[in-house]
Amino acid sequence: MHARTLEAPATVGSSEVRELLKVERLTKKYGEHTAIADISFTVHEGEFVVLIGPSGAGKSTLLRSINRMIEPTSGHVWFDGMQVDALDKKGLRELRRKIGMIFQHYNLVDRLSVIENVLHGRLGYKSILTGSLGMYQAQEKERAMELITMLGLEEHTYKRADQLSGGQKQRVGIARALIQNPRLLLGDEPIASLDPKAAKTIMDYLKSIAHTLNISMIISLHQVQVALTYADRVLAVRQGRIVYDGLPRDLSLERVRDIYGADAGDLIIDTGDRHVD
Amino acid sequence: MIGFFLILLIIVYGSQWVTAFSFIDGIASIPKALSWLVGNFYPTEKSLQKIPTILTKLVETLLLSIAAATVGAFFALFSAIFGARPTAFSKPLALFSRGLATLFRNIDVAAWSMILLFSFGQSALTGFFALFFASFGFLTRVFMETIDEVGLGAVEALRATGAGYWPIVFQAILPASQPLMISWTLFMIETNIRSAVLVGILTGSGVGFTFDLYYKNMNYNAAGLTIVFIAATILLLDRASNMIRRAIL
Amino acid sequence: MSLDKSESIQNIVTQSGRLAASGRSIKVKPLSKSRLTMRITMIALAALTIYGFFVFDYKNISPWQGTIDMLTNFKTMFLSPHLAHLTFWEGAYAIVVTLAMAVLTTLISAFLAFFLALFAAQNLSNHTVARSIQAVAAFIRSIPTVLWVLIFAISAGLGSVAAIVGMSFHSISYLTKAYAESFEEMDQGLIEALRATGAHWWHIVFQAVLPMSLTYLISWTFMRFEINFGVSVAMGAAAGAGGIGFDMFMASAFYHDLREVGAITYYILVVAFLLEMLSLRMKSAVRGKMI
Ligand SMILES: Nc1ncnc2c1ncn2[C@@H]1O[C@H](COP(=O)(O)OP(=O)(O)O)[C@@H](O)[C@H]1O
Ligand SMILES: [Mg+2]
Repeated sequence: MHARTLEAPATVGSSEVRELLKVERLTKKYGEHTAIADISFTVHEGEFVVLIGPSGAGKSTLLRSINRMIEPTSGHVWFDGMQVDALDKKGLRELRRKIGMIFQHYNLVDRLSVIENVLHGRLGYKSILTGSLGMYQAQEKERAMELITMLGLEEHTYKRADQLSGGQKQRVGIARALIQNPRLLLGDEPIASLDPKAAKTIMDYLKSIAHTLNISMIISLHQVQVALTYADRVLAVRQGRIVYDGLPRDLSLERVRDIYGADAGDLIIDTGDRHVD
Repeated sequence: MIGFFLILLIIVYGSQWVTAFSFIDGIASIPKALSWLVGNFYPTEKSLQKIPTILTKLVETLLLSIAAATVGAFFALFSAIFGARPTAFSKPLALFSRGLATLFRNIDVAAWSMILLFSFGQSALTGFFALFFASFGFLTRVFMETIDEVGLGAVEALRATGAGYWPIVFQAILPASQPLMISWTLFMIETNIRSAVLVGILTGSGVGFTFDLYYKNMNYNAAGLTIVFIAATILLLDRASNMIRRAIL
Repeated sequence: MSLDKSESIQNIVTQSGRLAASGRSIKVKPLSKSRLTMRITMIALAALTIYGFFVFDYKNISPWQGTIDMLTNFKTMFLSPHLAHLTFWEGAYAIVVTLAMAVLTTLISAFLAFFLALFAAQNLSNHTVARSIQAVAAFIRSIPTVLWVLIFAISAGLGSVAAIVGMSFHSISYLTKAYAESFEEMDQGLIEALRATGAHWWHIVFQAVLPMSLTYLISWTFMRFEINFGVSVAMGAAAGAGGIGFDMFMASAFYHDLREVGAITYYILVVAFLLEMLSLRMKSAVRGKMI
C-alpha cells in the first residue's frame, strides 16, 4: 500500500507529462451564496486526483462545472485544447464525450440490462435517429462486452441493473464511462454508498484504469484514509475554496483537521494508522 | 378534539340540510334496493333474448374505453415529457402542458360529455372525446410523476456522456417508465368503462343508453342483466390487468 | 490484487483488435417475459383502438367537421360565458349542494370503511373474514356508481337520498380496500408486541393502528373526496340529484345554451382547482398506490 503512494508517476510540472485540464479562477454562485470561489488547478494525463472536503464544501459543484453540467458563474476551463466555457452546444457534446462521469448513486437505468446500460455511454456519438433507436455498431457491442469482462461482470451481462449489488452497479457505471473512450473521468463520491470491501474493489479498478489506460481521474471522496492511499495528488476544498493542493504524503494531520474543521473528530481515527508509522 | 367533532357535526348537519338528505330514508332504502337487486338478477326468458343487444353495445363501450385510454396515453406521453422536471426543455412549454392537463383533468367526464353534446350529438364521438379528455388529463399527471420518479439520475448520467435530448428520452426515460405507464393506461381503461356507462346515460349512446332504456321502461330484468354484464366485464378486465402487471412490473 | 487487474486490463486493451475481428454478433436487447408482455399489450391496445375507430357509431357526424365545431364551441363557451336560467348566487348555492353531497358521501364512507377495513386487513383479522370482505368490496366496485345510484332510486326515488347512498356504496368499497392496504403496511412488530402484553384487540386498534396509519387514512379520504366531488356533479346530471350537475344538464340538454354551460364549467373548475391544491400535499404520502 505504501509503495503505491510513493509511485507518484505524474510529478507536478514534469515536462514529459502533458497537461489535460486547466481550471482557472472558477466560481459558481447560487444567488448570494457562493458554492465554489476562485478555484484554479491543473490535471495531467493519467493523473489520479482525489478531491476531499466536508459535505457542502463544493466538491459536486466543482466536478460538474468542469463538464458544464452546472454552468459556472465565472472563470475558465481548458480541456485537451478546448476552451470549455466558450463551447457551443455541439462543442459541449464533443467535450462531454471525452469526459466520463460516475456517481454516488450509480445513475443507471434500473430496468435495463447491464449491457444496455454500458452501451448508453455511446449515445454521445450518435445522431438523433440512431441514438433514439439505440442502434449500436458491432464494434461498439464488442467493446461493451470487453469492458464488462474486464470489470468482472460477464455473468451479469443480461441481468437487469436493479438485480446487482452496489459494487456491481458502480462497475457498470465505470464501464459506461469507459466506453466513451474518455480522457478524463470525474467521480462524485463513487464509493460513498458502498461497503468497505466493494469500495476497495472500485478504487483498485479506478487506480489501475488510470495507470494502464492513461485516463486522468478526479474523484471526490469522503474518507481521507482512502484518499491518501490512492491519490497521486490531493485537492482539498473547504467552503468553496482550495485549501490544499499537493502530494498525499505532505498532507499532515493538522491540515486534515483544518480542512474538516469541526467534523474532524472521526476522521482523525481514519488517518491515524498512517501517521503512527 | 371536542372542537374537531363539533365542526364535523356542523358540517354534517349543514350538508344534510342543503341536500335535503335524511339518514333514515337512506338506511331504509338499502334493504329495498338490495331485495330489488336479488329479485332482478334472475334472468327471465324475455330478458335473455336481450343478450345479443347488450353484448353488441357492451363491446362498443369497451372499444370506446380502450380507444380513449390509448389515444389519451399517446398524447399524455408527450405532454408529460414536456412537463416533467427531468425532461422539460422549455419553461413556457412545460407550464403550458401542465396547465392543459390540469384543465382537462378537473372537468369531470360527465361535464365533458354535456359540453361535447353540442358538437357531436349522440354519436360515439361525444363519448370518445369526453373519455379521451379525461384520460389525457389524468394520464399526463401520473406519467409526469412516473418520469419524475425514475428520471433524474439516469438523465444526469446520459447528459454527462454527451447524449442528445431524444436519445435520452427514448433510451433511458421511456424504458424506465414504460411498465408503470402501461399499468396506468390499463387502470384508465377500467375507469373509462365505468365513466362510459355514465356518459352513455347522459348522451344516449353505448351500453349506458341500453341500460337507461330498460330502466326507464321498468324492464328491470333486462336492466339487471345489463348490470351483470357490465360488472363481469370490469371484473374480467381487472383480472387481465393484474396478470399483465405481474408480468411487467 | 491491483496487479492482477492491471494485467487483465492490459490484456483487454491489446486483445480488443482481435475480438473486433472475430465478428460474433452480440445480442443487446434480450426478449424477456416482461418486454414481450409489454409489446403484446401495446400492440393489442393499438389494434383494438384502430378497429374501434372503424366500427364506432358516428351517426352521420363527420369527425373533422365535428372537431372544428368543437373548437368553435369551446371558444364561445369559455370566452363568452353567461348565466341565463340561474343567477350568480343560485349557481354558487348549487355548487355548495354538490359539495355537500360529496362531503356526506365521503364522511359516511370513511366512517364505515374504517371498521370494515379493520376486518379486511390480513394482519388484523381472520383470513377468511378478510378474504370475504375484500371479495364483496371488489364486487361492489365492479358496478359503476351511476348504476348503484339508479338502483337506489328505484326504492328511494330520484334525488339526494339515492345519490348519496349509491355514491357511498362505491366509495365505501374503494376506501375499505385503500384503508386495509394502509393497515397491512404497518410495522408488524408493534402489533405483535401489544398482542403479547395481552392488550385487547380494540385497544390495539385505537392505540397503535389508528395513530400509525392516520396520515395515510387522511390522504386516501381526501383523494376520495376529490373524486366524490366529480361524481356528485355527474349524479346531479344523470340521476337528478340536484346541485350544479343538474343545472349543467338542463343548460346542455334542455336549453341548449352553450354559453351557460361555459359559465357552469367555470364554477366546477374553480372548486376542482381549490380541492386539487388542498390535496396536493396530502396525496404525496400515497402517491402511486392507486393501481
Ligand atoms: N442548486 C443549488 N442551489 C443552491 N445552492 C446549492 C445548489 N447546489 C449546491 N448548493 C450549495 O452549494 C454548496 C456546495 O454544494 P456541493 O457542491 O453539493 O457540496 P459537496 O458536494 O462538497 O457536498 C453547498 O453549500 C450547497 O448548499
Ligand atoms: Mg456532493
